[in-house]
This record gives sequence, structure tokens and C-alpha cells, in this order.
Amino acid sequence: MRYIDEYRDPQLAQSLVTEIRKRVTRPWVLMEICGGQTHTLMKYGIAELLPAELELVHGPGCPVCVTPLDILDKAVAIAALPDVTFVSYGDMLRVPGSASDLFRTKAAGADVRIAYSPMEALKIARENPARQVVFFAVGFETTAPANAMAVWQAKREGLRNFSILVSHVLVPPAMRLLLGSASNRVRGFIAPGHVCSVMGYTEYEELVAEFRVPIVVGGFEPLDLLEAILMLVRQLEEGRAEIENQYVRSVTRRGNEAAQQRMLEVFEVTGRNWRGIGPIADSGYRLRPEYAAYDAELVFGVQTISAPEPPECISALVLQGLKKPHDCTVFGTRCTPATPMGAPMVSSEGACAAYYRYQRHMAPVNVPVNAPVNAPVNG
Amino acid sequence: MADPFAFTCPVPLPAKDRILLGHGSGGTLSADLLREVFLPLFHSPILNKLDDQAVVEVNGTRLAFTTDSFVVKPILFRGGDIGSLAVHGTVNDLAMGGATPLFLSVGFILEEGLEMETLRRVTASMARAAESVPVEIVTGDTKVVERGGADRLFINTAGIGVVPEGVRLSPALVRPGDRVLLSGYLGDHGIAILAEREGIQFDTELASDSAPLHGLVAEMLKASREIRCMRDPTRGGLASTLNEIAARAGVGVEIDEGAVPIREAVRGACEMLGLDPLYVANEGKLVAFAAPGAAEALLEAMRRHPLGRDAAMIGTVTGAHPGLVLLRTALGTTRMVDMLAGDQLPRIC
Repeated sequence: MRYIDEYRDPQLAQSLVTEIRKRVTRPWVLMEICGGQTHTLMKYGIAELLPAELELVHGPGCPVCVTPLDILDKAVAIAALPDVTFVSYGDMLRVPGSASDLFRTKAAGADVRIAYSPMEALKIARENPARQVVFFAVGFETTAPANAMAVWQAKREGLRNFSILVSHVLVPPAMRLLLGSASNRVRGFIAPGHVCSVMGYTEYEELVAEFRVPIVVGGFEPLDLLEAILMLVRQLEEGRAEIENQYVRSVTRRGNEAAQQRMLEVFEVTGRNWRGIGPIADSGYRLRPEYAAYDAELVFGVQTISAPEPPECISALVLQGLKKPHDCTVFGTRCTPATPMGAPMVSSEGACAAYYRYQRHMAPVNVPVNAPVNAPVNG
Repeated sequence: MADPFAFTCPVPLPAKDRILLGHGSGGTLSADLLREVFLPLFHSPILNKLDDQAVVEVNGTRLAFTTDSFVVKPILFRGGDIGSLAVHGTVNDLAMGGATPLFLSVGFILEEGLEMETLRRVTASMARAAESVPVEIVTGDTKVVERGGADRLFINTAGIGVVPEGVRLSPALVRPGDRVLLSGYLGDHGIAILAEREGIQFDTELASDSAPLHGLVAEMLKASREIRCMRDPTRGGLASTLNEIAARAGVGVEIDEGAVPIREAVRGACEMLGLDPLYVANEGKLVAFAAPGAAEALLEAMRRHPLGRDAAMIGTVTGAHPGLVLLRTALGTTRMVDMLAGDQLPRIC
């Protein structure tokens, strides 16, 4: 398969691994931010290829995992209304809220549909003027432009039966939080390539300057990740802290400015609650007041639904890279993708689910953990 | 703090109060349904074996008996339709037990308002498919439900066949050292259906692999009687089938990623949609477990048959890690191939 197989070539992978082994002289902890990168690392068993000195920990970049409980409860409440068609990306349907999830809501009679794009929801709205069509706008900067576009388009067309339930989160504020935490062990980051395709990497330059930490913008194929790891190792071993771009075939320094402009037209920055981590200031998007008519929270009056996050499972620690999924006593026993106890077990991009699906055979069985369960980095 | 591991966090929601779509996926939710609802109430030792077909002995003749329902959407697709699929699916369930298919029944559930032309077309396709096996459709039933009570047209078929003398196929016979053979390209059916449904176009034509496998099985049984067991990896795909056999036989299975035949179009569609071809449905493929000494001869026999032309040896059975299926990646690392809970869900990004 062109443009894919090139980035999975075993010989090239081996030569990158050899180069990494040659460069590493002491232990380093590296973090990949994005859930898609975690998925690739697990699916290809990349950790097996790396020298023992390198430890990979998995960051908070799984949109499904960090979507807070109250948003899921709002989604369920809206979807259950008789005149609503609720449209979502597939992997949000299984994420448990306080009492139900969207799959169960669908089974109980709600009109819940899976889509690949908010534009499909827009189409449903045009074709079904008698129904209220709501799109579940979750995700990082990657999915935000399409959602902004859908709302912008709906307003332009004067559609009155379309709205979005927004739960957009932003990567740099979460990284800033991790870097500022006293318990931070991460010495180098692989920045999320697709987020940077949209946003560019100037925000990451600021993080590099502020925290003197190497950041490499990385892609999602095995060779992308191996090369990004090599670039980080070189920087660390040479005592450099710079921003570097491994994912040049997709990412430019300033990103996709047309997409950014549309996003800023429709969204504004706001504080967001991250499941497993807690509230982070200025870490997400909400619709601007001019687009209030497209804000499902307001349209359906669910803004008051609140669901205090119960003391989390160790997902708080997993999402910060302080613990590995199999450090958890219920990993793979009481907590599985069929019965997720925490968000990272739900999505295939979640660190726990990726470990469960691909690397369970490598995990020590039920390692006891002595760390406190609830240690949000921001207190 | 009390016991830090007395979790109160995101409620594990047991899937017990209602039927979810995932209960029909062939994954672990389907298995739960069997274990918790059907098997304890029907308590049949034959049913409990959970083979694709029941083998029952009547006056010294071993009969294979099976049933399957077809709810595919769309009902007409590239490479077949719900009618031919309903014949092939049941014939294949018989064939996986080594049986020669003899008779089929058919039950139609029709939605009020279905175009007569569609029913004629599907029925003619069933007739052609049955004739080409050959297998005779000897009994049937028709029910019509109100508009909205079904989605156009559902079909149930049941089938009876005879298992030849000396043929015994069962996961219980699988041993460490056995080889795993696959009859051809994976995922054609599932991706062809999805493409039809989602309006995805390919550079090359991709069609469902729907086909009756009894002829291929007969050739394989001629080549060797050291086949331990066979399955057609339909819903849930190769991954679910291998997991079922690993669990039932109490063995580990190791497959080699590079050896599993997957077409470019299927790989491409899976990349684009965030799916794994190992979990995508097939309707004209079989996976066979065979004694190591017989594997080469079997592979030759499979490749001589048109439906096994692209057959490949994809892995081995091991005594290590019983119940688990591992995959050797092209990079030389290993990962698990797990059973999914429900259907594969497209990822967000």
C-alpha cells in the first residue's frame, strides 16, 4: 500500500533501532502525547525493540478518555429526547457516563447514529427538518476544524435543527500542566502530529523555551515513532532542548491557517475538565456567543447537569504517565474493554485498552501499586 | 484514605438489562449471551460444544445440522445478495464439520411494502446458489411483518448434511505443533458491504467472497485426514475464530502477520476507516488446523481448488500461553490478537 508500507518497512525500522541503541547511554523517560501514537506503539510492539534505558509513557491525548463524566451524562440526556437524532464518532458510544452510555440509550429507543464526520450530521439535519440533530463534538485540535466548519455552514444555511455538544480540549495546556508537576518524570515529548498539522508547532516552541524540554512533532506509523524517538534521544544525549519536526510530510511550523481561522471564528478558549486529571484552565474550546443557537447545552437546557468525578481509578496516574496500565490491580480482571472501570480502557486509543488488546501477554499479573489513587497534578 | 482500590470510578455498566448491537457481533458479548442465557436453559450437551453445526447420530448415520439467519444490509451487494449468502452461509456451516450438504430449509421474514421484484431477485439467487452446490431447498415458511417491524427482508436457513465415515473435526483435537491454514484473502466480504453502505469507491473492484466451501473441504479431506478442525471466519473475522479455537482447545496460537493474505483494497479501506482486517467478516474463507506432517499436502490441495487458490500457512499452535492468540509483526515484535467485546468501532482520529 503506497504511502503506508514505506513507513512500516522492517529493515528501515531495524536501522533506526540500531541507531537508537547506539546513542542511548543512560535512562530516559519519553512520552507520546497522542492516543493514536500509543495505539501504534502497542500494535507494533515497538517497546520490545527499544533498549531497556528508554521508558515510554503514554500521555493524555485520547479524546475519548479525557471527556468528563458530566458531558457524557449531557449526551445521554439529549440523545434520549424523542425528537433528537444524536450523531457521534463510533468510539464515544461505549464510554460510560454516570448511569448509562450511548449504546444503551440507543438500545432503549433513542435515535443514536455513528458518523465519520460532522458533515454527515449536517446532511441528516437538512434531510430531516422535523428532527433536532445533535453532533457530539469531542476531540482535540484535530477534530475541531471540521466541527467549526459544520456549525459555520449550518449558520450560513440558516439551519435551525442542528447543534453540537462541545467537549473540545487542547494539547499544550495539558502538557504545561504535566511539565509543571513536581512528579513529572518525562524528559522528552513526542508531540501529536495531527494536532500540529492543524495548529503548527509554535505553541510547542514556547513549551521548549519555558521548560527546556525536547519536543519532536511525530507521526503515527512505526517508522515515524522510531525516528521521533531517535531525534529525542539525540537531543537528550547531546544536552539539547529544541523543537524538531519529524512529521514533515504533514506538519508545517504555522499549520493550517485557514482551519485555525475558521475555528477561531466559531470557538473561543475556555477552561475544561479532563477526566482523570481534573480542571485545566484555558484548555478547551466552547462556541462563541454568536453561535449560541448551535450550542446543544443551551438548546436543550442541560448546562446544569453535573457529575462530580468520583475519586478516579489510577487513570489519573496513567494519563499523566506516572503509572502503566498493568500497574493497576484490576487491569484485565475486573476492568476490561467490555467492562471498563476507567476511561483509558474504553477507547482503542486509551492506554489501558491498547495494553489490554495488544500487550496483555507481556504484563506482569496484578502488580500491587502503593501510590495514592487520586493524585491530580493540579491539586 | 480507605482501600485505594475500592473503585468508585466510572461505573462498569454490565450489559445485562437490554440487548445491544454488540450482542450480535460474534465477540465476547455474543459469548456472554450464549453462556448466560441460551446454554443454561437449553442444556444440550451437543449445543454446549458450540460447533458451527451439531453432529447427531441417527441409525448409524452421522448427520450434521445447522441454522443461520441473515439480516445483511444492503440486501444486494457486489459479489452476491442476501439470498445467495443465506445458502452459502448454511452450506459452509455444514462443510466446516466435514459434512456433505443435502437439504436446506428457508424462512422469509418480509416487511410490508417490500418490492415484489426484490423478493423475486433474491429468491432466484437462492435457487441458483442451491443448484450450484447442489443442495435442495425442501421446506420453507413466510411471514410478513408491519412496515418498520423488519428491515425489508430477513432470511433464516437451516441445513442437513451427512458426515462421511471416519471424518471427525473438533477444536478438542487441536494439538501444539499443529499448523494453521487460511484459504485466501481476508476481509473482502465485510469491506465490500461497508463500502456499499458508506459509498466508498476503490481503484480496483472489491466484491464479497461469498461462496460455498463444501467442494474445497471435500478436496482437503481427500488430501489428508489429519485435519483437526475447520471454521469459516464470518462475523468477528479471523481474530475471533482463532480466539474461540484457542480457548476451546486450551492451546496458544501464533500467527505471522506477513503470511496473512489481505488485498490492497481491504488494507486501504481498513486504514482509512480505522478497522483491523483481522476482525472483518468473510463469507467464503476457511481456516483449518492440521497436523504438522499433513500441512504441506493440504496447502497444495487447497491451492489446486479455485476457492483455495490463495491459501497460505499463517501460523502454528503452541502449548505456551493457552487461550491466547499472538501475532508476530513484520517488525519482528509480538502482540496479542484479542477477542473484541462488540463490533469494531471507527476511531475518532
